[in-house]
Amino acid sequence: MTLKLRELSLAPDLFGNGHGLCAGCAESVSVRQILAALENPPVVALATGCLEVSTTRFPDTTWKVPLIHSAFENAATTIGGVEAAYKALVRKGRMEDRPLTFLVFGGDGATYDIGFQWLSGALERGHKFIYICLNNEGYMNTGIQRSSATLLGAWTTTTPSGDARSGKPEWHKDMTKIIAAHGIPYVAQAASHNWKDLMTKVRKAEQADGPSFINVLTPCDRGWRFEPEKTMEVSQLMVEAGLWPLYEVVEGKWKMTGARQKKRPVMDALLSQKRFSHITKNADDATIAAIQAKVDEEWDALLALCAIPDTQ
Amino acid sequence: MSEQPLWKQIQPGGIGVNPGSTDRVQTGDWRTEVPVIDFERCTHCMICWVDCPDTSFEVADSKLVAVDLKHCKGCGICAQVCPVKCIDMVPDSAADRDTEPSENGAG
Ligand SMILES: Cc1ncc(C[n+]2csc(CCOP(=O)(O)OP(=O)(O)O)c2C)c(N)n1
Ligand code: SF4
Ligand code: SF4
Ligand code: SF4
Ligand SMILES: [Mg+2]
Repeated sequence: MTLKLRELSLAPDLFGNGHGLCAGCAESVSVRQILAALENPPVVALATGCLEVSTTRFPDTTWKVPLIHSAFENAATTIGGVEAAYKALVRKGRMEDRPLTFLVFGGDGATYDIGFQWLSGALERGHKFIYICLNNEGYMNTGIQRSSATLLGAWTTTTPSGDARSGKPEWHKDMTKIIAAHGIPYVAQAASHNWKDLMTKVRKAEQADGPSFINVLTPCDRGWRFEPEKTMEVSQLMVEAGLWPLYEVVEGKWKMTGARQKKRPVMDALLSQKRFSHITKNADDATIAAIQAKVDEEWDALLALCAIPDTQ
Repeated sequence: MSEQPLWKQIQPGGIGVNPGSTDRVQTGDWRTEVPVIDFERCTHCMICWVDCPDTSFEVADSKLVAVDLKHCKGCGICAQVCPVKCIDMVPDSAADRDTEPSENGAG
């Protein structure tokens, strides 16, 4: 499998320009990379969220691929229906049989919360599709509300910080592990700053014999409160601090695809985002210690799953 | 501002028929800084191209040719990720632009 940017740049972009996503938004970066990595023509379903709202302003579209939108919660079911309909039409000789890649883009709200049962069902039914979660740890499109992907201590408009409260009180849901427990052929975590890792995973997902899921960390400069040019740096800091490990689960086998050791304390990553400024202003803040302890614990658990001895 | 379609021209189900038509929206109007590339030093590695959120690099034959100023929002990601640091973000003023402000994607 070769991924050479110069060769990839020869192909026409399947995702255009003139869309309304914020300057510096990681969602479009990852979407462009994912579409560029595909070897088959894609058929895309979108869940409501920043990506869908900002790229399909009627009567216009940013997309140059077949695209279907139904609702916020049921994009996985929608693509399952599209895939099943395609197979039926091919069987009846009404459509040409050729390799297509059925693809979903859903935000963390769409994936971890409201679309959870729909996704779980579509995975269990074994539809051949790739589900991409664009995880920016919040309901950004409706004004930065917390989701079950939001980090402990993060400020959002529904987890305020002040005298009485200090950001989100709960630890987030580990969605990638939950999806891995479905026993589907390919599951991975990726992040927007690492194009090679993400694109390699997309190609593996495309080859998988059944459903696949990639959870992509896509930092939101607007909601996480950082300057737009820092998107890639923030994504890298999150990975290096162990807050978003890069790994894949291929046919049940766990493997780290990023560094096996954490390169930094969580504080380095938290300091890059003003959504944590109420806790990072005090280095002894109890929430920071709690985040670090939980990250260390989860990192060890991941290493054990990958059967890599902890050398730290 | 382009003309809105009449109801009779709208496809059943609101199906969009113009792939990539947001191309007409001049999101370059959002910009306060503009990337300026030193092509003497550019190695055409395409990292800026792959990391641009706004599909705003013009590429021909695997070479970087220009920035699409109609759409570039001036986020500055390209300047941050360029391995040889040959992109400078410089203040942009509307007066420098050769196109009239048009529909800017707000709202
Ligand atoms: C059933 C339903 N409930 C609520 C909404 C309003 N809504 C639209 S997008 C959105 C948040 C999307 O969050 P997420 O999936 O994380 O995507 P993001 O915008 O963060 O990329 C909400 C609550 C809706 N469209 N449909
Ligand atoms: S609010 Fe965040 S996710 Fe939404 S377009 Fe802006 S940067 Fe992207
Ligand atoms: S400043 Fe941002 S939008 Fe403009 S070319 Fe660079 S990465 Fe693309
Ligand atoms: S990242 Fe820098 S060196 Fe590479 S193509 Fe872009 S401008 Fe040229
Ligand atoms: Mg979100």
